[in-house]
Parts: sequence; C-alpha cells; structure tokens
Amino acid sequence: MAELTNPVPDAALRLPMQRVDHPSAPSRAGMMQFKQASVLPGFNLALGYTVVYLSLIVLLPLSALVLKTTSLSWSAFWQVVTADQVMAAYRLTFGASLLAAVINLFAGLLVAWVLVRYEFVGKRLIDALVDLPFALPTAVAGIALTTLYAPNGLIGEWLVPLGIQVAFKPLGIVVALTFIGLPFVVRTVQPVLQDLEAELEEAAACLGASRWQTFRKVIFPATVPALLTGFTLAFARAVGEYGSVIFIAGNIPFESEIVPLLIIGKLEQYDYAGATAIATVMLVISFGLIFLINLIQWWHTRRHGMRK
Amino acid sequence: MTRFTRLIVAAFVTSASCAALAGPELLNVSYDVMRDFYKDLNPAFVKAYRAKMGEDVVVQQSHGGSGKQARAVIDGLEADVITMNMPPDIDALYDKAKLVPENWAARLPNDSLPFTSLQVLIVRKGNPKQIKDWSDLIKPDVQVVMPNPKVTGNGRYSYLAAWGYALKQPGGSEQKAREFVAAILKNVPVLDSGGRAATTTFMQRGIGDVLLTFENEAEMIAREFGHGGFEVIYPSLSVRAEPPVTLVDKVVDKKGTRKQAEEYLKFLWTPAAQEIAAQNYLRPQDPTVARKYASQFPAVKLFTVEEVFGGWRKAQKTHFDDGGSFDQVYARK
Repeated sequence: MAELTNPVPDAALRLPMQRVDHPSAPSRAGMMQFKQASVLPGFNLALGYTVVYLSLIVLLPLSALVLKTTSLSWSAFWQVVTADQVMAAYRLTFGASLLAAVINLFAGLLVAWVLVRYEFVGKRLIDALVDLPFALPTAVAGIALTTLYAPNGLIGEWLVPLGIQVAFKPLGIVVALTFIGLPFVVRTVQPVLQDLEAELEEAAACLGASRWQTFRKVIFPATVPALLTGFTLAFARAVGEYGSVIFIAGNIPFESEIVPLLIIGKLEQYDYAGATAIATVMLVISFGLIFLINLIQWWHTRRHGMRK
Repeated sequence: MTRFTRLIVAAFVTSASCAALAGPELLNVSYDVMRDFYKDLNPAFVKAYRAKMGEDVVVQQSHGGSGKQARAVIDGLEADVITMNMPPDIDALYDKAKLVPENWAARLPNDSLPFTSLQVLIVRKGNPKQIKDWSDLIKPDVQVVMPNPKVTGNGRYSYLAAWGYALKQPGGSEQKAREFVAAILKNVPVLDSGGRAATTTFMQRGIGDVLLTFENEAEMIAREFGHGGFEVIYPSLSVRAEPPVTLVDKVVDKKGTRKQAEEYLKFLWTPAAQEIAAQNYLRPQDPTVARKYASQFPAVKLFTVEEVFGGWRKAQKTHFDDGGSFDQVYARK
C-alpha cells in the first residue's frame, strides 16, 4: 500500500536531514491535474466502466432508498427518525459498533503483528482462522456466541456468578460485533507490516531509538492508514449487522434493541416509508463518519509524507 | 468454450423438458413453523390431484417469517397460494397491491382457516414456579420468554391472549388489562425475533420459567427435545390462533394455475389433510377428525380477536403499530 519515504520524523533521531520527495513520485503539479499522463492505456474506458458500475451497484439502490423516504413529509420524517425509541437504538447501534471497532483496532494490530513477525507451529492455521468470521453465516455466529455466553453456556456460567451477563444484554452485542469485525483490521494491517522492512527498525535502533520509540516513530505511523481503513470497515460492517446480533441481543426496547430491528418492526407494519427513513438516517451518519475517517487518513498521509 | 456452451444449453433443455413433463407448478408461500406440515401435506395432495384430475402438479414451498413472506409476495414473488399465521398478512396483499379481493376470507369455509391453534404456557418439568394461568406471569420471581410482538405473529397472539384474559376477569377494564400486560412484559428478559428463536432461548439457553407460544409449537419442542424437559399448561382462557390461506388471484390468472390452486386449497379441508394437520398438532376444523384426535386437544375456553378486539386491523393499530399499547409500556419506563 503506502511506500515510505521518510517515516522517521527528523527531530526524534536528531538528524539534520530534511524531508525529501520520493525521487520517482510525480510532481505536485502533475498530481493536481484531473488526468495524468500515464503509460497505461484505457483510462477513459476504465473510468467510464467504474462510474457505470458504481452507479448500478451502489448508487441506484441507495437512491431508491432515499426516494421511498420522500413519500413522507419533512415533519413526519423528523418525527419518525427522532422518536425516543429510535434515538435509544441509534445510541446502542453506533456505540456498540464504535466500541467493537476500537477493540478490534488493538486486537487486530496485535494479531497481525504476531502473524507477520513471528514463526511458530500452526501459524498457517491461525492465519486461516482469522477469515472465519468472514465466511461464517452471521446467524450461525450469533447462535454460537449465544450458546457460549448464555447463563448456562460454557463461558456464561462462569461470568454470571460474577455479575457479568453477556448474552441478551448490550455487552453481548459488542461481543458479536467484535467477532464479525476482527478480520477487517487484521487483513488491512497485515500486508503493510509485511512490507515494512526490518532494516528500518534496525536503522532506528542503530541511531539510538529505544524499542518504544521505534514502535511509536517508525512502525506505528506506517500502519496508521491501514489501521484506519480496517477500523472503518469493521465499524461500517458492525453498524449494518443484523444476523448475528439479533440472537445475542435481548431485543428489549430502550435497552438492547438495535436499529436494524426497528427497521424490521416498521416493515412488519408495512410502513415502508418509516423503515427507509430510519435507514436513510443510518446511511447519512455512517457516510459522515466514514468520510471523516477518510479525511483523517488523508491528513495523516500528507503529514507523514507518504505516497498514496 | 464450445463444449462448455453446449453443456449449458443441454442443461437448460433438460430442465425445461423436465418442467414440461412435470406439469403445472404451484408455489405456496408460507411461514416458518408450517414447514413440517406442508412437507407431509404436499405429497398427499399431488397424489390426490393425479387421481382426481389425471394430471401431475408440482408444489414448491417457500418459508420465512410470516410478515416478511407477505412483503415478498407484495413485491412480486409469484405465489399461487399464500398460507400465513394471521389474517393481517393477507389483508396487506389487498391493501398494498390488490393481489386478492378485499373479502378473500369469505371464499373458503371457516373464514379460510383450515385449522386453528391457541396460545399456551410452556413451563419446566414439574412446574417448579406453580404457573397455572396468565395471572401467575406477573409474579415478581417469574421470568417469561416470548417472541417480540412488534415483529412476530406468535408474539402478537400471546400479547392479545394476556390482554383479553385480564379484560375478562371480574372487574376487568382496558386500564387493568394495560397494567396487567405491562407487568408481564416487565418479567420478559428476552424478546426474540422469531417464534423458533424464543423456543431456543427457553429450551437450550435455559432462560425463563415459562415460554408463551402456539400449542403446535409445543409438539415441535417434544419432537426436538423429548417430552422430558417441559410441561404444557393450558390457561383458563386463551386466544384462538387463526392461520389463514388464500390463492393470489393476480398470480394464478397470469400463470393460468387457478384451477390447481383452488384444488390445493380445497384439499386442505378434506379428511386426509385434516388428519395430517391433527398429527402436526394443529386443531382440525372437520368434526369427525377433531373427535378422533380429541384426546390430544384439551378443551380450552377461547376468544377470537374479532370478538374482543373488534378485528385484526383494529388490534394491530391499537396495540402493535408505532405508539400503540406495546410501545407505551416501554416508553413509560
């Protein structure tokens, strides 16, 4: 993904070197142009295809969603999407998704690190295990987790005497969302760590950096864009998740009711407009958050002089 | 490449000719727990139809949540017949897409209900909490498991059964019924998204002292888990569960399958089909079959949604639509 030019900020290692652009990087002026002269043919065709494809697969269904919502008047729309019960569900869905994505951010980095940097027996197997949450039908994941964490389950029977109830409580939702989100962070960070040459760390050590400094100033900045991407994917996936959560959540209004269940509830009343109204709000919030994370990523990449 | 193309063409031709040989095809769009019933019924129908009409017919099944299935038909799933777990899911076919006439229920005997069921209380073996009736569900130490009334017909029936029970007690009133149902809901730790999911929560997760569900679901539990782990308690008063059937006029007229669809639905009222229903613990309408299986269907005083709530449309609006009595219970917390 990102290629390093000078990941070690100068001050830290007291080097008089100034940041230089990568010799092969195109000039700034060139980057600003819409279409860059390229040795590869077929730009127009490829762009045209991209636009058409994205429109058909992504934009068309989404505009149908928004269109259906417009059958509501503005005040009716506002009433539907700001009802107390709906607000409670937004808080739960976005809160649990954020929490799960944050957990995955740390756990995922650790897993990726171990998989890239160490050799041990069964490494291939563990590597394959990471993808399991991708492959497993989400309902199966939900039922399996509920079986484990229910008060009579393998893990649940130890936790409940301690006063920790996971299944049928908001905590269970976080557990399910953490499960389904893990591969996103691992799989985005892994290749970046793999590309990170060990020589860089050795160089940092030679120049007097402590281990912590090497991590903080060399390794971490290089993985930030990938971590952010993984975080965004895990978060976005969690917000829309229904299958696995529905089994482990208690689905009690105001306590453990996620937004997708409210949407199903509206559909049960054949209230299509109300359902799409809530969905549209979810979409706008999610898009806003994802856009924000992308901005942070862009800002980070520029600041740390990495070529996209 | 050419061989591959030929293979595909061959596959198409074969499947097309198979379909031609097999004669007309009916699609029965149904709900989840009817899977076993129609698995038994369809072969019996195919045989009876061949004997009567000298023609082969194929019946395809589609199962899912009742409301979700109805929405699929409204959105264009070509169901010849639709068999749901409550009348509003067929009313919606008229309301939203005029796929059936408004008076669809009058076209078949018994308001188009080939069989009925009722809401029962399922408790753990030995009934440790001594649960005998709806009134025991409001005791503070009793935990109740039921599916979510907002998204399942099963949950709606239980909710209405409890409401109707409270209403019909001496001194009962709307206000008392509201408080009674709120007290039950306070004892509900999990509102599952489907009837089967609630059964799993109760039987496999060991949550709750009592499960509210259909009488025929109790038999499914016995088949799955054996009779050893639970008891069925018949309350003093319950609601009649009304799973209606109808043919989808717009679809059968387009596909030219009206004759077959009509035969299929009429077959549900024959003694043979009524027996299959009874074997699946659905209460048959045929009096002879009902007498034969009387021992497995204890007599329970029942009320209908029509009698107590003035019809399904009103019940849905008052209790389960947004802002209805169910939402109010949680909003007041």
